[in-house]
Amino acid sequence: MSTLASAGFWEFVGVVAGIYTILALGIQLQFGFAGLLNFGQVAFMAIGAYTMAILVVKEGWSTWLAAPLGVAAAAVGGLVLGLPTLRLRSDYFAIVTIAFSEIVRYVAMNEDALTGGSQGTIALGPVGQAAQYNGQWAQFQHRMQAWLGLPSADATMLVIVWLAALALLASAWAVLRTPWGRVLRSIREDEDAAASLGKNAFAYKLQALALGAALAGVAGLFYAWQFSYFSPDDFAPLLTFFAWMIVLLGGLGRVFAVPVGAVVFGFIFAGTRFLGFAPFSWFASDQRAYLRLIIIGLVILALVVLRPQGLLGKREEMVLE
Amino acid sequence: MFSQLVVNGLVTGSVYAIAAVGVSLVYGILRLVNFAYGDMMAFGALVAYGCNGPLRQSMVVAALAGMAATALLALALDVALWKPLRARRAGFMSLFLASIGLALVLRQALLLAAGPQPEAYRVDPYRVFVIGSVRLSEAQTIAVATAAAAIVVVALFLARTTAGRVLRAMADDRTLAAVAGIDVARATRLAWAISGLLAGLAGVLAGLVEYSFTPDFGFQLLLPVFAAVVLGGIGSAYGALAGGLALGLAEELSTWSGFAGGVDPVYKPVVAFVLLALALLLRPQGLFGRARVA
Repeated sequence: MSTLASAGFWEFVGVVAGIYTILALGIQLQFGFAGLLNFGQVAFMAIGAYTMAILVVKEGWSTWLAAPLGVAAAAVGGLVLGLPTLRLRSDYFAIVTIAFSEIVRYVAMNEDALTGGSQGTIALGPVGQAAQYNGQWAQFQHRMQAWLGLPSADATMLVIVWLAALALLASAWAVLRTPWGRVLRSIREDEDAAASLGKNAFAYKLQALALGAALAGVAGLFYAWQFSYFSPDDFAPLLTFFAWMIVLLGGLGRVFAVPVGAVVFGFIFAGTRFLGFAPFSWFASDQRAYLRLIIIGLVILALVVLRPQGLLGKREEMVLE
Repeated sequence: MFSQLVVNGLVTGSVYAIAAVGVSLVYGILRLVNFAYGDMMAFGALVAYGCNGPLRQSMVVAALAGMAATALLALALDVALWKPLRARRAGFMSLFLASIGLALVLRQALLLAAGPQPEAYRVDPYRVFVIGSVRLSEAQTIAVATAAAAIVVVALFLARTTAGRVLRAMADDRTLAAVAGIDVARATRLAWAISGLLAGLAGVLAGLVEYSFTPDFGFQLLLPVFAAVVLGGIGSAYGALAGGLALGLAEELSTWSGFAGGVDPVYKPVVAFVLLALALLLRPQGLFGRARVA
């Protein structure tokens, strides 16, 4: 029980929930508002994180230049994926996006010279030298910690990540209330009707995809900074499904349902590590890791069957179909 | 070298083809892109391993047991999950997400039950048949012969039997088929049973070809299988057969040195997707799919 009670553990859960909020906000934008079935979201997270880390380590760039470029690279990734595929039927599009995310992970795994391969970012630099991409970020975090008078690095990260998440949520909320957001929703409801009014549905969908990809890029940056090391395994398709579950849990078509979903997901995911009572105590700790994912899967199933609008979703606005 | 690659491609491709038909049949009837299919394959492979390894049964008995168990699993899941969702008129999105949840549950349950260590069937990996310049391991020989037989049986079933025609008619136009007096509930059960049998068979063959496999190997197979389904046009069973074989051949032949030096073998899985992307650019409805707005 000691871990369960420690502030440090919950700070960590909070940081991860904040990162997931940003990642899932991208899916909310793409699916909840534009109706796009993007199941490759984790690829854009990987593109953002790797671009930043490679520019810092290999090219010696400043973190503050490399980070926005990472986000831009993720957005460009969204354009590259969307240009040939957005005209496909939605079921084809869903499969192609998963395939895209696996291609990105595969390239990261096998292009050792560019990404460090399966050893991860530690192998980005010259042989025999452990590469580091977060020196400037650690300095910044340290200064913030001193300035805010916070007790730990995780607590500082918690504040930074959630400030960023709230700023992005607020901007998304504002943007979606503009005429642009209304057109996006009209395309989600009836693409032909929107097109008949002279709206270029393809362009709007492409913009939504790229914007959601950029958000995933931001999530990738924070992920990289929080863990100081990452490898292609961190960007498996499972992460995309977690983000989808967060969006579903919170509710479709509502920006501020995303952080609620992320926090509830964080509690389920972290909390299930401490299932110390029967029947969970019958299993060894490595087996409990499987049980956690079984529980996550069952929650997805229960949501789809029992509450397709999510916890906070408006049934009249959007129901999972 | 070239003929060896063709044979290897046929081995891989026939496993893809069998699985792709299983995915395609259910999609044709239920409009369900079954993300849990890879894990159903793994289930069949593991049941067969249980019979072949600990229970010392022959490979044939083991494979049949794996197929039967997977078909039962598919039918049970239809009653427990898919039927209630259909009753609620759940759309494509709900079904797809439910299958993702189901895939997680199945995969982790298999890991929980069987443990993460790799398993292998009792076949001799060093026994090799040599035909001309082509070498085939015993497992590959079994796999390609079984797969060829299964493909012929499935194709004949779809083309010649009434049940096969019913399934194709429903995939073509469900409403029209129902109006014509087809028992939809019965056809649905049939589709799941066949899809389960094929999943079990594809799982066992994949386990044989890869020699050793872990309980979560289904997911790695799923994406090339999906690629094969899409390549052939979702819902078209013949298309899925052709798509699977074409993908298997393309993956192996891409490494041929006579073809612009050949692709690094680690990128074989990527070849499948690049091919898929190119095919979709040229024919957005798949090779055999009909143009249709949905």
